[in-house]
Amino acid sequence: MEKSLCFYFQVHQPDRLRLYRFFDIGNDSHYFDEFANRTILRRVAERCYLPMNAIMLELIEKYKGKFKIAFSVSGTAMEQFEKYAPEVLDSFKRLAETGCVEFLAETYSHSLASLISEKEFVAQVKEHVAAVKKHFGVTPTAFRNTELIYSDQIGESVARMGYNIMLTEGAKHILGWKGPNFIYTNAINPRLKLLLKNFSLSDDIAFRFSDRSSPHWPLTSEKYAGWLDAAVKNDEIINLFMDYETFGEHQSQSTGIFEFMKALPKAVFEGTELTFRTPSEAAGKHQPVAPMHVPSPISWADEERDTSAWLGNELQNEAFHKLYALEKEVMSGKNEAVISDFRKLQESDHFYYMCTKFFSDGAVHKYFNPYDTPYEAFINYMNVLSDFAIRVEKASVKKVRGKKSGTK
Amino acid sequence: MFGWEFPPHIAGGLGTACYGITKGLAKHDVDVLFVMPSASGDEDQTSVRIINASDVAVTESWTDVKEMNEFVDKVSFLKVSSGLVPYIDPREYDSMSVRNERMSRTEYEDFKINYGGKYKFSGKYGANLMEEVARYALVGAAIARENEFDVIHAHDWLTYAAGIAAKRVSGKPLVIHVHATEFDRSGENINLRVYDLEKMGMMAADKIIAVSNLTRNIIINRYGISPDKVITVHNAVDFHGFRQVNANRGVPEKIVTFLGRITFQKGPEYFIEAAGKVLKKYSDVRFVMAGNGDLMNRSIRRVAKLGISDRFHFTGFLRGDDVKKMFAYSDVYVMPSVSEPFGISPLEAMRSNVPTIISKQSGVAEVLKFAIKVDFWDIDAMADAIYGLLAYPALSGMSVRCGMEEVNALKWEKAAFKMKEVYLQAINEWKINRKN
Repeated sequence: MEKSLCFYFQVHQPDRLRLYRFFDIGNDSHYFDEFANRTILRRVAERCYLPMNAIMLELIEKYKGKFKIAFSVSGTAMEQFEKYAPEVLDSFKRLAETGCVEFLAETYSHSLASLISEKEFVAQVKEHVAAVKKHFGVTPTAFRNTELIYSDQIGESVARMGYNIMLTEGAKHILGWKGPNFIYTNAINPRLKLLLKNFSLSDDIAFRFSDRSSPHWPLTSEKYAGWLDAAVKNDEIINLFMDYETFGEHQSQSTGIFEFMKALPKAVFEGTELTFRTPSEAAGKHQPVAPMHVPSPISWADEERDTSAWLGNELQNEAFHKLYALEKEVMSGKNEAVISDFRKLQESDHFYYMCTKFFSDGAVHKYFNPYDTPYEAFINYMNVLSDFAIRVEKASVKKVRGKKSGTK
Repeated sequence: MFGWEFPPHIAGGLGTACYGITKGLAKHDVDVLFVMPSASGDEDQTSVRIINASDVAVTESWTDVKEMNEFVDKVSFLKVSSGLVPYIDPREYDSMSVRNERMSRTEYEDFKINYGGKYKFSGKYGANLMEEVARYALVGAAIARENEFDVIHAHDWLTYAAGIAAKRVSGKPLVIHVHATEFDRSGENINLRVYDLEKMGMMAADKIIAVSNLTRNIIINRYGISPDKVITVHNAVDFHGFRQVNANRGVPEKIVTFLGRITFQKGPEYFIEAAGKVLKKYSDVRFVMAGNGDLMNRSIRRVAKLGISDRFHFTGFLRGDDVKKMFAYSDVYVMPSVSEPFGISPLEAMRSNVPTIISKQSGVAEVLKFAIKVDFWDIDAMADAIYGLLAYPALSGMSVRCGMEEVNALKWEKAAFKMKEVYLQAINEWKINRKN
């Protein structure tokens, strides 16, 4: 039987908050650091998105439909592309037109809504699907949640939304003796197929590619194809899931990462029995082997592979619950600007900045963090949230008054 | 007068106090020569002459080896290179000076190069603070040789060594001024090197000025100093040129403020617990903790744990106008200090029409009759007081009115008058002793 190799790249940029001081609360409702957001987006576009998209297009054309990949582009990233780098959107669109690229559904705001509010979760997925359709002209059929967060419950609600394919982490503590290189199903609704990330082989590229202390450095495409072949010997599918910013941003161009990717398809064709497939194609090709039981949420982050990078300490939990305590009022207000800010404040990155796990995965955390300490991140976020809460309250008071006068 | 800082460049309250004291002394015809480690030149010199210790060369003041040896004798209780060797017993001191007596020409040159010359002080509270303290003493001795004066006045432990050195060189009486002790700063986990320096200063002083009875008691009980040597002169506050800023308050709720360093001494945790209690009964209020310090992160975690971070805000360190803005924002000011030798900030709050709650463990409680006083540990009483000031306008109204009157009665001129009396006493006793 033919075996599958499935690449999926995550494209996301957060809306970073500006330094928001206590004195701004109630006086200034402009929360975001547009300068930083624009600067960073332009930089990553030049180093990663544009050159990498060009390489992907070149490979797809060169191998005439035999090279396939998948993307999940968060709503906030699409919004920023539109504002600061429309040429990136165009290049994704060209990739979409080849038919060899699948776009996945996720939450528009790259949020953690699936962990607390199904209503909000569903609404954000709908928003995201609409945006993908608008920008890339395709409707996603497979789902990936923020940071590959998954549990039996979340899987069930994704299935209820009509998806029957979902991507998540091949977490060791869940799989035990089982391997990630097969297709599994949701424990509650067996119609939802699960594609699991092979974290070891994914991290060989995403984190270890340029690690000179590794005995395997330098990693060539041929060597890597050899590993893929060995890994899939008795198995069916290898899922390589990673941040798209790996290419050119986390691993800079000088590491040779672009050359590695350019040469990889040929090495795979020649050295393995793998076929490039998109997640949806792969799920159609292979039969699930077993249900996977995930009672509490897993993710692709850190050694723990759980949600502790975002909700692991009292600061994060406090901010998270204070935010979602406003949900009902925000939604009943139907004020577009308020809802938009509510969604932006839900971006998982804000909570990631408040993480205090500095020791084991500190390097990764530091790289992504605009704040010096998690405490600063928390204070800044809570100041913004306090102002936001005042706006929400004002809006709902107005509405009540409006209703009263309306009944007269 | 030896100080460590002077407005406009100040890190703590000491500089502001020195400014008020020198201005007050000028009104009583006391000429002050103010020495500080690092002056920037933009200090207000209308009532003092400022000597910048960074401009003083230690070597300029002597002419030969003999004189040099005498000098070294007098200042050798501090070793510059190894930080500090606190003066413990006379025998050790003697052996040190015996060694120094036979200082050779080369040693003299060595001294000139290593310890002489000018030393650029940072005047900050940084890593080589101890070295700066010791070098400051050397400079103090040199200045004492070159200037005429009747009495030496040294502020807080950083300058005691300089005061002692000046006393040894000049033979003039020494008054030290205790604005805070190591017990106030660190609780029971004191830094022994600082404690030793403080004790050395207190022992060597002819008179000691304490900023409150609270501090006076610490000096007597914890440092074993004879009570008749220690005189309390309460601090005052100078609101000359004080103006209130108009804050555009963005929040409709009332605001309860803590403003100060977030350290053990200031009792931030009691404020947080009291806030948690008040918020259970009274929702129309926000709490603000302004400042930073080593307990800040712990405080943030505690606030998050109590689940009140949407009503409890941290501003970080505030400067200049932001402090005034914060007072203008405030409806209640709380100073829950565990140990506060005096405490100027409640006075600033009262001057800004903010009703104020202070801990009984603060020196300022001795001079304020109308402020609400609670034990720092009594969070129930603190919560009660906050609630009362928020909920009953009559109470806060009276607190504001009486507070303003009390604050306006506290003048540096009065405090300086008492200090002058201390000086005169010290000089008289010194004269009597010399005759004997």
